[in-house]
Parts: sequence; C-alpha cells; structure tokens
Amino acid sequence: MEIIVCLKQVPDTEAEIRPTSDNTEINYEGIKFVINVYDEYAVEEALRLKEKVGEGTVTIVTLGPERAVESIRTALAMGADKAVHLDDPAFLEGDPYTTAKALAKAIEGMNYDLIFCGMRAIDDDSFQVGHILAELLGLPSVMGILKFELSDDKKKATVHRQVEGGTEVLEVPLPAVLGATKGLNEPRYPSLPGIMKAKKKELKPVKLGDVGLSEDQVGKQGALTQVVKFSLPPVRQAGKIIEGETPEEKAANLAKLLREEAKAI
Amino acid sequence: MAGIWVYAEHKDGKVKKVAFEILTEAKKLAEKKGEPLCGVLIGSDVEGMVPSVGAYGAEKVYCVETECLDKYTTNGFTKALCDLIEQEKPTIVLFGASVNGKDLSARVAGKLGLGLATDCTGIDLDDAGKLQVHRPMFAGKVYADVTFADKTPQMASVRPNVLPVAEPDESRTPEVAKVVADVKPEDIGLEVTEVIKTGGEKPDLTEAEIIVSGGRGMKGPENYQILEELADVLDGIVGASRAAVDAGWRAQSDQVGQSGKVVTPNLYIACGISGAIQHLAGMGTSKVIVAINKDPEAPIFKKADYGVVDDLFKVVPVLTEECKKLKAE
Repeated sequence: MEIIVCLKQVPDTEAEIRPTSDNTEINYEGIKFVINVYDEYAVEEALRLKEKVGEGTVTIVTLGPERAVESIRTALAMGADKAVHLDDPAFLEGDPYTTAKALAKAIEGMNYDLIFCGMRAIDDDSFQVGHILAELLGLPSVMGILKFELSDDKKKATVHRQVEGGTEVLEVPLPAVLGATKGLNEPRYPSLPGIMKAKKKELKPVKLGDVGLSEDQVGKQGALTQVVKFSLPPVRQAGKIIEGETPEEKAANLAKLLREEAKAI
Repeated sequence: MAGIWVYAEHKDGKVKKVAFEILTEAKKLAEKKGEPLCGVLIGSDVEGMVPSVGAYGAEKVYCVETECLDKYTTNGFTKALCDLIEQEKPTIVLFGASVNGKDLSARVAGKLGLGLATDCTGIDLDDAGKLQVHRPMFAGKVYADVTFADKTPQMASVRPNVLPVAEPDESRTPEVAKVVADVKPEDIGLEVTEVIKTGGEKPDLTEAEIIVSGGRGMKGPENYQILEELADVLDGIVGASRAAVDAGWRAQSDQVGQSGKVVTPNLYIACGISGAIQHLAGMGTSKVIVAINKDPEAPIFKKADYGVVDDLFKVVPVLTEECKKLKAE
C-alpha cells in the first residue's frame, strides 16, 4: 500500500494565542509548535495499515514554513518512510483552498492508494482542506473517521464516521481521502532508534515551480478568503461565588439565581 | 437570479434550528442588498418543510429532490447543490456549521473553487456588498474578520446557538421551486450501510442549549450518572473535559475544548473541571457559565458567572432536585 498522510504543524494547544500589535497577524513569538493532533491519528493509522498489510510506503506531505520540518521529522521518527515539504514562501498565508490546491498538485504526480489527513486543524479550525483536496483529485472523502477497516481485496474500506447523535458506517472505494478524529487510535511516541533513523530519511523540498502553479494561484495572492483583522475575545470577568453554609444551601441558591437572575433555566 | 441562499439542513423531517437562526440574520443582509432570501432543501421528499423555511423569511424555497438523496452523502448533496448554484448563480450561500453542514460546504467550495469561512459567529456585508464574517480560530482563543475575493457566491457556515432567531410568521407563503436533482447512485461513490445511534434524540454538543460537563473531579465513569440526571431535568446534555475522555470515562465525542468540540450553549455547568486553557477556549463563549469545584483556586472560577466552591457530589444532586422543583412551578 502506498499511503499519503497530509500533516500540518500548529501551535501547541497550551499556547496563548495573541495577534500582533497591528492586529493583522498572529504573534507566534515564543510559541511551541507540534503536529496537529488530528494529523497524529492520521499518521498512526497509516503506520498501522502499512504494518498490517506488510508492505508499502507511508509518505508525509506538509505545506508550511521552514519550522514545519521539525514536525515532519517527528512523523518520520514515528515510522513514516519519507516526506515531501511544500516549502516556498509563495505557498504561505493562503486559505484552505490554496493550501488544498498546492497539496493536490504535489500529490497528483505521486503513486498512492489512500490519503489520510486530520479531520481539521486546531489552529484555523476550517474543516476544509481534506474535502477540497479530495475534490481536486477526484476522490471520495470522509471526515471524522473513528474506525477504519481495509477490505480483503484492498479496493475499499469500511469506515465509521462521527455524526450528530451517533456514527455512520460507510463503504468507500479507494483511493479516498479519509480524515481522522480522536478515538481512531492511540498515536505512538517516536522511539530513540526511530529518531536516529528519521535523520536519514528522504525529505524532499518542493518549490512553487515544481508543482506547476504560479504565484497568483497559491498563498495570499490566490486565496479566496482573507483575514483582515484579528481580535481577542471579550474578557470574561469572574462572577459571583455562591454563598451558603452547606452544599445543599449553595445548590438551592444557585438554582434560584440561574432561574431569576440569569434566566438560564 | 441573484440571491442570498440558506441551506436548510433537516433531520427526521424537520429543518434544523440553526437554519432558522441564519435565515433571521440573512433576511437583514438580503434587505440591505436588495436581493431575495432563498432557502434550499435537499433530499428525497422535502416539500413538507417549505412552510417552516418560509416562516423565517425565505421568499423562495428550492426543493431539490431525487430518490438517492434520501440520506445525506457528501458527493450526492454536493452535486445537487453545485448544479443549482451554477444554474441560479446566488451571490451568497450560508450553511449551519453542523457536522454535515461543514462537510457539504467544504466539498462545494472545492468543486466550484469558492471562498468559504467556517463556523462563523457573525455575518455581515462590507461596503461593496460582499460577505464579511467574524469567526473564532484556535477554538476561540482569537477571532478573525474575514473578507472574500471577488468571486460569487461567497460562502460561510454559521455556528449554531449564536444568532438570535426571529418569531416565525406562519402567514408567509414562499414561492416553491421544484428541482429534480440530476444525481444518480453512481455519482455518490460510496455507500452508507448503517447508522448507529448512541445519543438518541438528543442534539449534538455543538447545538445543545444546556451542557452539564464533568472533568477529572468526577473520579470515575459511574459518577457521571449524577450529571446525566441534572442534564435530563434541564433538557441538556452531558459533556466532558479532555482529562475525563483520556481517562476513558466518556466517549471522545463528548469532549469540549480545543482538540474536541467548541460549544456555545446558553448554560454551561462545569463540574469538577479545573479549567485548562484548551477547555476554556472551547466553552468560553457560553452565555452563562457555572463552575462547581472544591478547589477555590481552579482557573475555571475566573471565567464563571456563578461559582460554587464545594464538593460536587453533594451539590449536584441537590441542584437537580431544586431545578426539578423550579421547573414544576
């Protein structure tokens, strides 16, 4: 099986996120970056599938700035075989559409049976790249998969997709783009030998010209949506601490306030 | 014909509340723009839902039907909607940011090469009459004002429970446009073989109006019963912090926070949750926040409108009884 995993590097969830002083960008100074949590499940699922089938290659494809190499190396240390890094300033500051377009162009020329990605990235929360990528490659897409099973003939997969109030079971012909969610698996940690090996694995940088796109088709210039201003959410002030001698009294006071003051129940 | 469209997602023969919320807000945009407000229903038998869409302001409702659209599939619904967009050329298309709303809008954006902003909490027009939206990023740690390139339609999905909904006016009778969707089973490309319901008739966390959430302080999965009882009395549902999900006490679909669901209920009751930054980001836009925790130093108290510093195992059952009494009044 030739498996591709699309991976994004994002700020750690512990990070406090603030705009720059002119509110036009995010201030990433001093922030730690990690693999997008949903993409970790994608990497893990790809590795498990390769191990189960007993042959094949797991290729990481990442669009991102130079620092993204660190996350790519982590995925290689987990066990991925090689990586492609769309590493050109022209690719940056785009939107989900331009990101998916660049990824699609890079993947088009590759050999693949299946593409895993995360169902969303926890920085821009767009829920879009996987579907747009699939559309541009002419593949089916299922996002939010909780369970993955390959058919014996390896031509299709049975997946469980998270929906409101339950799960849907779907049969998907391959190749397809499948977006992982939490619950699919438990990602492994990179081992020390894995980290040593990762240094020697192929990490191919891809420039704008390599994917046959022009500057006005990608990044900021090609984007169909643009953030014009960032702002912080309104600050929530601490409210009332409920008075009472006993827990019972506090509970009764709370219920009363929720009813009469907050009108929430 | 130009127009502002609202995709009217439906479940069990009823249009989802989020569609009414969007129609209410989009009505103002349509008036500003001088364009008609239209609803779009897609499925195999949807005409019965036309009056409800009309009651919230749609002047025209497209009923896009064919047999193989009887249940939601990404490709089937995408083809049906894209064909209609290409034919009728709306200027703006809005979706509810539900699981399927986010799914469909993204695939349509890909197919037609359209700009899409996801999970918006505010929609408006800029000076040129183009869509401009306000949306959270990083689970609500920052917000972004987003504008669109000169390409129509501009598309956005809107988070449930954020926009106020108008009183329905049942006397309105919208124009009905019946469309036979050109979608065949082979266009769908995959098969939904089974639907496993776990949450019964309850809404998803992202659409719930009241959430009772439990964290590490719950001490074990069996103790969530007291939260279930409170949620039942309040017609709410139970959520969980990452600590509780990682401990295996609750399903991951219950997780509220940056790597879980971002929620906007009217009332969020956090029980035994200390309030890590990822959790606070995910529930920070709840209208009323209650925190029940033994530790007076827990960060959640800095965000809560009402704080109870005490043992949740003593407070919650009494709260349930008190709420039951108040509800009965």
